Amino acid sequence: MNELLLVVTIAGERVALPAAAVESVVELDTLIPVPRAAPHIAGLSALRSRVLTVVDCMRSLELGETDCSDGIREAAVVELDGHHYALIVDLVEDVVEALSDPQPMRAAMGYGWERVSLGMVESEAGPLLLVDVGALIAGLEAKAVA
Amino acid sequence: MDDLIADFVAECREMLEALGGEIVAWEAQPDDRARLDSIFRFVHTVKGNCGFFEFPRLEALSHAAEDALADCRAARRAPDAALVSAVLGIIDRIAEMVSAIEAGEDMPAGDDSALIAALAPGAEAASPIVAVAAEGQGKASAAPRTIRLSVELLDRVMSTVSDMVLARNELARRLRESTTDVPVDGAFERLSSIIAEMRDAITRTRMQRIENLFVGLPRMVRDLSAELGKQVLVDVEGGDVELDREMIEMIRDPLTHIIRNAVDHGIETPAERLKSGKREIGLLSVSARQSGNQILIDIHDDGRGIDGKKLVEKAISNGVFSKEDASQLSPREQLALIFEAGLSTAKQITSISGRGVGMDVVRSNVERIGGIVEVDSRPGEGTRMTLRVPLTLTIIPALTVSIAGQHFAIPRSAIDEIVRSNGESVILEHVGGAGVATIRGRRVPEVSLAAILGLDSNVEAKDRTLVVLRPAGGDVYALSVDRIHDHEELVVKPAAPAVMATGLYAGTTLADDGSPILLFDPAGVAAVGGVKLEAHERTARIAEGTTAAAAQATPILLFRGLDGGRRALRLAVVDRIEEVPASAIREAAGQLRVQVGDAILPLAGAAGAEIPADKVRLFRLNDGQHEIGYAFAEVVDFATIENEVIHADRLGEISGVSLIDGEPAELVDVHWLFSSHVGAAARKQEQLVCLVPCWDPWMQNMLRPLVEAAGYRVIDDGEEETADVVIASVGEEPPQEAVENVIWLRPDPEATGKKDQSIYRYDRAGLLMALKSVSAGRGK
Repeated sequence: MNELLLVVTIAGERVALPAAAVESVVELDTLIPVPRAAPHIAGLSALRSRVLTVVDCMRSLELGETDCSDGIREAAVVELDGHHYALIVDLVEDVVEALSDPQPMRAAMGYGWERVSLGMVESEAGPLLLVDVGALIAGLEAKAVA
Repeated sequence: MDDLIADFVAECREMLEALGGEIVAWEAQPDDRARLDSIFRFVHTVKGNCGFFEFPRLEALSHAAEDALADCRAARRAPDAALVSAVLGIIDRIAEMVSAIEAGEDMPAGDDSALIAALAPGAEAASPIVAVAAEGQGKASAAPRTIRLSVELLDRVMSTVSDMVLARNELARRLRESTTDVPVDGAFERLSSIIAEMRDAITRTRMQRIENLFVGLPRMVRDLSAELGKQVLVDVEGGDVELDREMIEMIRDPLTHIIRNAVDHGIETPAERLKSGKREIGLLSVSARQSGNQILIDIHDDGRGIDGKKLVEKAISNGVFSKEDASQLSPREQLALIFEAGLSTAKQITSISGRGVGMDVVRSNVERIGGIVEVDSRPGEGTRMTLRVPLTLTIIPALTVSIAGQHFAIPRSAIDEIVRSNGESVILEHVGGAGVATIRGRRVPEVSLAAILGLDSNVEAKDRTLVVLRPAGGDVYALSVDRIHDHEELVVKPAAPAVMATGLYAGTTLADDGSPILLFDPAGVAAVGGVKLEAHERTARIAEGTTAAAAQATPILLFRGLDGGRRALRLAVVDRIEEVPASAIREAAGQLRVQVGDAILPLAGAAGAEIPADKVRLFRLNDGQHEIGYAFAEVVDFATIENEVIHADRLGEISGVSLIDGEPAELVDVHWLFSSHVGAAARKQEQLVCLVPCWDPWMQNMLRPLVEAAGYRVIDDGEEETADVVIASVGEEPPQEAVENVIWLRPDPEATGKKDQSIYRYDRAGLLMALKSVSAGRGK
């Protein structure tokens, strides 16, 4: 197994995003809010003349709210169904190689994480939770439907 | 049709080329399933297409081959050498015929039965394939100067070009910020124009003739009418109108549905038609035409029409509204009820239209692509449905507005007018917490964008601007926004699902400064704002005369004229801002005039300036009776006159200058504009009446226009009205005795005597003088 993982910190927790899904890591400066959108949609931003829909991962996980007031935030840009999203994370750490297939987590997971979990992967950086990017973007609505 | 045949030929050629290798491989290995499948697909496609085009020989051949191959595929028969050669024979023959079709020749002569017979199991191995002289070979091999591209690729190019436009805009912004050399600017300008040209070209590649949509209609109507026992003649016009490919797909269903309705419910059975004195064959005409950046598709039938009263009854019984409300509906509003959900007046549900898909779905589908459906009908005479759809989905003219400092865009197509909350003709009231705006006596629901979006606006309600939107055929509502900014052509992209889920937005785009802007969906904004659009438009006319908002410092609109001059107009006289194609402006009847919708207005502001090549924006100025257009380049800002006005010492378009926002601006003298542009027509109120005998063709055809031009209203002698002046020929009795002013016209240039007061009929000056003296006398 040599799938690459992007190790990021969300709400203080180190988790992995499938690196193949991540186009780039950017620093967002402008953020245009989208009134009336779901709470985890932090707003819109532009990247090289493309519109990014910015997702606040902490809100998506119901683990609080990222403070966007200080301007620059790190975000991972992913593409899903032809739309580009920027996932706001606390910190982007590293890219590591996965050493195993995702294994189901058998211990009870923390609040909010259950919904986005794809399982646990072993990596050079130790065991990491592999996060489902789609579920992060879908946010709470997906949970309500399920 | 020719296009379709060309497509068919191209497709066959492509498949034949691809098959070339397959056939040989199959011959070597008849049990190769993959090869068998691809050959089967080919004959199957040919069969399907030529049934449609009526090529009976091709159809028979491909059908026979398909049968034989189907047997092989179903393992009912083992492919053997004999079958292979028979199929190859058929494919060769198909290739010959396709070449002939392509070259526009008649089918090669020959009998195909031998080939078909050779397919039968156990037939004589390969009957000699009759090689028809291939005279068309030379011509056919000349490849056409077209290539086939996948639509996906075109879409990709289109989206790349859109991105390029956005990138260009960003570059433009950066260049503006930094000081650059002239050569850099020049190079950038050149790049810009190339990109614009490229965008045009690529937009055109996505255009398709609407014929593709229309070509199936006659057949559909024929089948439908046969099923219903009706006779319908279809008349299709305007197939050469071009429309975005995506748009064609989007209007396919609504159009089909409207036509089904027309045939099913509109057009009567032959017996009924004869009884009501019509021809037994019903006429259904479908036409398309381009109007500005919209395509209009008319579907007109001469059937029984829509009974507005029945619709109203049905609506009352369904509880859509009360009887009292219903009695106030105008005929047009009654008809518009067919777009309400669940209101079908069809007595019985047929297999054709009664599928649970109503006109409400048609309307919402058309509106989703920024279009409008209109209906017009006269009972007993027929129905006309009009679809208005934008040319393309991706580039939308929009108005940018802002609320609480954030910018949004509103599609221009939905904007009815823009008024200031504190304008004289606008009154804002709150009734039970709901906003109601009264604009020139018309009550429209008013919603605050700030409230809908949950944003705090620091602009007082009375200082906001109302954008009157008309998202659906007739229902208007006013949206109050902080400020209006600019008109832009935006490259709109669909927004992410999470953004679309709000129901408020139609897409996103990037502004010139590179920041994202959300484009509103006017119908969605209304829905979220609680405006009931589904209900009919309850236009309530009330008496004018309520006191207007207290006067403050004179609000003015600061703009840049076509000649670049910084000017200001009093806001109150600006009725609204329109955009017209440059072709709508022309010199007519002695001055520049502009066509706006159905009205022709005198045009000011364009004299001596260059009129932009494509589109011109203009203010519609209104003095209460007359309108004129005033062309301008761009709106700069709203402001108030605070500084001293230095008056001009000469009468003209500019009444003075004043410092506005720290820069001088010329104040446009609206009074002068109206007096000089409206001219004679402005005297309508005090118009004098002139009687001209109606039996005299000379008077009617030659004299009457002259009299009218002098400001008179002309009546005939049959009318009751008393005329202020009568014109009569010498020797006749004046038709109205009581009139004191009679202008006598004589046929001879010379007067008969000193007492002769008559005027020679071609003495234009004398005649005008006489008319003028009448009006002058009346004026005292």
